[in-house]
Amino acid sequence: MSWVYSGLRRPVEAVSAEAVGRGTTPGRPVSAPDPLRTPLNMCPTDALRSENDRVVVDYPRCINCLRCVREPPSLPVEVGYEPARLLTEPLAAAFRHSVHVRVVDAGDCGACLNEIRQLTGPVYSLHRFGVYVTPTPRDADVLVVVGPVTRAMEGALMATYDALPDPKRVLAVGACALSGGIFRGSFAVRDGLVPSLGIPVDAMVAGCPPPPLAILEALLVLTGQVAAGGRS
Amino acid sequence: MAEIPSLQSLRGRVQALAGVPVSVAAPPEHLLPLTQVLMRQGWWFIGLAPDQEEPGAPTRLRYLWQHDEAPWLCLDVTADGDVPSITGDVYAADWPEREAEDLFGVRFSGHPVLGNFVLHDEVWAENLEPMREPVRPLTPEPRMDVERPSIVTAPGRFAFPIGPVFSGVEESVELTIETVGEEVVYPHVRLFYKYRGIERMLTGRTGADAVLLAERVNGPSAFAHATALSQALESLCLREVPARAYALRLLFAELERVRSHIRSLSHTVESTGLSLPANWLIAAEESLLQLSGEVAGHRYLFGLNTVGGLTLDVPDEALASMVKRVGRVLDQVDALYERLTFDNSFLDRLEEVGSIAPGRARLVGMVGPVARASAVDRDVRRHQPYGAYRRTVPRPVTAEEGDGYARFRVFHEEARAAFSLMEEAVAHLPAGPVRVAMEPRGGTAVGAVEAPGGTLAYYVRTGGDGTIRRCHIMPPNFANWHAVTDALRGSAFQDVPIILATFGFAVADADR
Repeated sequence: MSWVYSGLRRPVEAVSAEAVGRGTTPGRPVSAPDPLRTPLNMCPTDALRSENDRVVVDYPRCINCLRCVREPPSLPVEVGYEPARLLTEPLAAAFRHSVHVRVVDAGDCGACLNEIRQLTGPVYSLHRFGVYVTPTPRDADVLVVVGPVTRAMEGALMATYDALPDPKRVLAVGACALSGGIFRGSFAVRDGLVPSLGIPVDAMVAGCPPPPLAILEALLVLTGQVAAGGRS
Repeated sequence: MAEIPSLQSLRGRVQALAGVPVSVAAPPEHLLPLTQVLMRQGWWFIGLAPDQEEPGAPTRLRYLWQHDEAPWLCLDVTADGDVPSITGDVYAADWPEREAEDLFGVRFSGHPVLGNFVLHDEVWAENLEPMREPVRPLTPEPRMDVERPSIVTAPGRFAFPIGPVFSGVEESVELTIETVGEEVVYPHVRLFYKYRGIERMLTGRTGADAVLLAERVNGPSAFAHATALSQALESLCLREVPARAYALRLLFAELERVRSHIRSLSHTVESTGLSLPANWLIAAEESLLQLSGEVAGHRYLFGLNTVGGLTLDVPDEALASMVKRVGRVLDQVDALYERLTFDNSFLDRLEEVGSIAPGRARLVGMVGPVARASAVDRDVRRHQPYGAYRRTVPRPVTAEEGDGYARFRVFHEEARAAFSLMEEAVAHLPAGPVRVAMEPRGGTAVGAVEAPGGTLAYYVRTGGDGTIRRCHIMPPNFANWHAVTDALRGSAFQDVPIILATFGFAVADADR
C-alpha cells in the first residue's frame, strides 16, 4: 500500500484547541491563601510573592518545577496553562487564515522547540488554522523566539528580525524568552527578549515549556482568530 | 613516575567506591606516558574536568577514565604552565582540551587548533577565562573581522555556510562546508551558539537547585541529566537511595529513552522526505509526552528527580498501566518500522551514507547508540551498573556497518530493549519511600548514566556545607558531534541533512 493511500485511511487524530488535560497541559501552581506566611525563597526563580496572606505566582518567571506544590507552601495545582498575553495589536484581518512563522532558537534547552515541532505534527496540526512554519524570514509574518537569548545568538536573532517584512509580530515562547527563566543572571545570556535588544515583544506565552496548546493559542491570539485571555 | 593502580587491585572495588574516583596525581611531564599506559590497559577516556580549587590557584586538570572492571580513574595534573596535549594519542580529547583552554586558559602544547571554541571570537575578547577566579569583567566585545577556518586549497574551492538559524524547527548550530562542487570536501562544525554558561551557574548552588538547572541542559533528556547529577551528589552522602526510588528512576529513564529514540527515528524519516511516516512518529512521541504529563506532572519529566530520590511517588497500578501504554505505542512504531525497512527509496538514502568504521568511532570518542551502531559495545548500564540496573540488565544492541541504516536500526531496537527493561522492572517493584533526606557532605565524585544519547557524566566537587564548588558536565552529544566531520566527509551535498538526522543529535546538550 502506498504511503499516500494508507495516510488517507488513518482517521484524523488532531485534538481540539480546547483539549486541556493532564497529558496535554499537566498544570501549574495556582495562588492560594497562606496565613502561615511560609518563606517563599524556596522558589528557584523567585516567582512567588506574598500579598495579603496569599501566595501569588508570577507565571512569566515560573519554570514548572512544581516544588511549591510538592513542598510547603503546598500550593494547589491546576490542570491547564497560563493564557497568552497580548502586549500590542494582533495582525490585520487579512492574515487571519494565512500566517507564516519563522522560529529562532536563541539557546533553549530543546523542550520549547520540541513542543513547537509537535505543533506541526498531526496531533496539534497547526496547518488547519492556516499557520505555517516557513524556511525564510522574508516570507514570515511572525517571529517566534525560544530560549534565553544567548550572547552568541544575539547577532543571528537580530538579523532574522530585521529580515522580516512589515507588518511583523514577535512571539516570545517560554520562561527563558520571557525572563531568562532558570538561566537568568548568567553572563552568557540576555535574560530573554529584554527591551535593550530592540526587538519589541507583541505577545508572550509563559511556561517551562509552555504546552503546545498554549503556543497554539498564542499564535491564534496574534492573528486575531481568538481574543486574548490575559490581555494586559 | 606515578603508578597506575593495577586492574587486579581495582577489581571488586567498583561498588564500594560508587562514584568516588581513584585519583592518581602526576606532574605534566608524566601525562603522556601515563595516558599511553591507560590506553594499553583498555581504559576509555570519558572527559577532562578542569577545576580550580582556590581563587588564584593554578587549574587542576582531571582526566577521567573508565574501565569495565574498575571504578573511575582520575589522572590529576596541575596546569602550572604548559601541559602537553594528549590529542595525538587520544583523539577524543581534542574538543575537551579546546574547552579547557577557552574557559580556564590552560595552555596545551602540541594541540593543532586552540581558541574561538566555546566563546566565539565574534562576541568575546581573547583570554577571558570566565571559569577562573578571580574572574575578569565578563562584558562582550563584539567584532566582525573574525576569520573562518579554511583548509581546502583545491582550485574552485568555496565555503558553503549553513546555520546557525536553520530552515525548519531546528536547534542553532553552524556548519561550514568546504567544497569544490557536489562533494563535501571538509565540513567544519561550530557549536556553542547556545552556550548558556551552565557550569558557571552551578557553582555555589545547593544540590536540589543544581538538579533543576541540570534538567534544563537538555530538555529532551532532562531525566538523565537530573539522575547523573543526583547520583554524583548521593555518592558523597553516606546514605543509600531507597530501592523504590531506584526502580522508579529506571522506569522513567527508559520511558525517556523510548521517547527520545522515537524522536530520532522521526527526524531520520523526515529528512528523507517521507512526511507521512515522520508525522506518525511525531504523533507516537506525543503519546509518550502525554503519558509523562499524566503520570509525573510534566511532559519532559522536569522537577521529578532530586538528590535523595524522587519528589513524587507513583502508585504501582499507575506504573503498570504506564508500561502497557508504552507497549501499545511501540507496537504502532514497529508496524511503521517494518514498512520502512521494505521501502527501497527510503533505504537507498540511508545505506552506506555517513559511515563510521568501528576503530574510527572509538578513536573519535563516540558514545551511546550511534557508537553501538559502529560496533562499539559500550553501555554504562551494563559496564558500570548503577541504581536498579545492578539487577535489571539491558540486552546489548549493536550493529556492524556504522552507516545511517545501522543507526536507524539501533535506535529502534534499543527502544524495544528499553521497553523489555520497563516490563521487567515493573513486575518487581519494591515497596517503601521514594526519597530520603541526604546529609550534605564535601568531596569529589563522578555520576554517570546512560542517557538516551550515550554516556553522560557529571564531575562534582562540593564544599563541607554540600554546596557545589565546581561541576563539569560531560554530555554524550559533545562527544558525538566530534564525529560529524568524519561522517560528512566525502558525502554528496544532498545527503548532509540525512546523515545529521541519523545521529539524533541534540545541540543544547553539547553546548551547555
